[in-house]
Amino acid sequence: MAVASAVFLVGMYVVAAAGPRISPYGPNAVDILNTNAPPSPAHWLGTDENGRDVLARLIAGAATTMTVGLIAMIIAVGIGAAVGSLAGYLGGWADTVLMRLTDGMLAIPYIFLLLVIVAVFGASFRTIIVAIGAISWMVVARIVRAEVLRYRGLDFVHAAQALGATPARILTRHIIPQTVPSLLVAATFGVANAILFESALSYFGLGIPPPQASWGNMLSNAQAYVWENPRLPIYPGFLILCTVLAYNFLGDALRDALDPRYRESNV
Amino acid sequence: MAGYLLRRLAQAAVLLWVVSLVTFVLIHAAPGGPAMLQNPDLNRDQIAQFRANLGLDDPIPVQYLRWLRAALHGDLGRSYNTVESVGRLLATRLPNTLLLTGIALGLSLAAAIPLGVVCATRRNTALDRIIAGTTFLGISTPVFWLAIVLIVVFSVQLRVLPAGGMYQVGAAFSLGDRIRHLLMPVFVLTIANLAETTRYTRSAMIGALGEDYVRTAHAKGLSGPIVLFRHALRNALIPVVTIIGVYLPRAVSATAITETVFAWPGIGQLAVQSTLTRDYPVLVGATLAVAVFAVGGSLLTDLAYGLVDPRIRLG
Repeated sequence: MAVASAVFLVGMYVVAAAGPRISPYGPNAVDILNTNAPPSPAHWLGTDENGRDVLARLIAGAATTMTVGLIAMIIAVGIGAAVGSLAGYLGGWADTVLMRLTDGMLAIPYIFLLLVIVAVFGASFRTIIVAIGAISWMVVARIVRAEVLRYRGLDFVHAAQALGATPARILTRHIIPQTVPSLLVAATFGVANAILFESALSYFGLGIPPPQASWGNMLSNAQAYVWENPRLPIYPGFLILCTVLAYNFLGDALRDALDPRYRESNV
Repeated sequence: MAGYLLRRLAQAAVLLWVVSLVTFVLIHAAPGGPAMLQNPDLNRDQIAQFRANLGLDDPIPVQYLRWLRAALHGDLGRSYNTVESVGRLLATRLPNTLLLTGIALGLSLAAAIPLGVVCATRRNTALDRIIAGTTFLGISTPVFWLAIVLIVVFSVQLRVLPAGGMYQVGAAFSLGDRIRHLLMPVFVLTIANLAETTRYTRSAMIGALGEDYVRTAHAKGLSGPIVLFRHALRNALIPVVTIIGVYLPRAVSATAITETVFAWPGIGQLAVQSTLTRDYPVLVGATLAVAVFAVGGSLLTDLAYGLVDPRIRLG
């Protein structure tokens, strides 16, 4: 499952990167004489309500959605690793304040935070990525803090301290590398969630603004035309489902392989 | 124990204060202000009058302190859109959400625990993989998409279930009618919550099955099912109970989306609407109400944890 998932995801990124070169039409090329057309040799997956080629929009949407997922995840892991390692290493007041903030953010359902942030800064490609990243770091912070606490008391850290290494160096060179396996697992699930968040935002009309195609906005847009063209919501919904599923399978397999707590129990 | 409880309650209070602060500051920072002031029928003077009456021209810290003082006296303000008291609004909406979420959470646990046990006892078999695959399908599906597909199939094509709402308008209350309205939203929410609980039961169960006391129980000749359910499952359920507390806010997000799609008059739908219309008092009140439940839930599960497992000493 994990291998199939990885192959599928690599394929998706290749398609997203190749984008315009393999796309049969421009994603925003309108053909008002040929709207809601069924699949045909000219338009493999038919056309949408504006006569735009569905396949071309799915390819363009792949680039948007995969980018949103990846960058939002990188932001989330960055903030989470910083907050978690500072809290874990500094301890005391810094730990209390940072972890209460983390708990506070965790106690607010993500959908309210997302809607508020996007409502505040306006729906654009950039704010959506930042908003998703800004509400997804808490779990990473908790994982990293727990790991830092575990390693902080170990001999190799004491050795580094005895050699006169600065706290910043100990954190970045000695402790954070130890947390990479857990981070990798969290990051994989993070991309899956980020893609779902973008589609949820689209449902509330605060997703990637048109005409730029994303799977999320194609899906929510298709709802309005579900009577004229019931095929329309199937394609982006199916692609979101497959991509998120692939990330979840991959994350699960990585966790089994990398996380000792799961590894022992799986032998 | 009493000391622990007091400290946890104090922490919970601080947490709720942080939640109110974050929500309040974020929403008040939104440019444009409440949607109600965008009404084209209002002229400039009227808008200025409204803003002054609502205290929106004061600096945000002043507004927050005013809100906090009233909230501590039990007054969460009034909705900008409907002028209803936020407290009353929450009180009418909350039971609906609790009904929906309670049933869905109960059902997903009722399904997830047996599924997790099966996965753990047959781990790495085809059955294990099929169950894992199916439950993963559940968390990988956009909630609103599943809801819309269900509406299209059961309400529009087959015409067997209502597309939304909580009861048939104008009809007297009947249990059958309420159940018909509950079916689809409950199904969507159960699916959304199933995967994680199943995964969690599975790994907790695998851990428990590897313990010495399970080997001892087998060695002294107890039957397989007794070892499985009395010895292993009872211990495995402890971490499963805790995860539910942590998981509540996430479940609320799925609830908010489900309520919106099915027009279920719950607190999630209220919060989403108030966010989209910038109804500040309602949004802050709803977020706080949800947070009270999430924080209370995690506190209760932590306490239950200590009661269920005598090895854990709270303090």
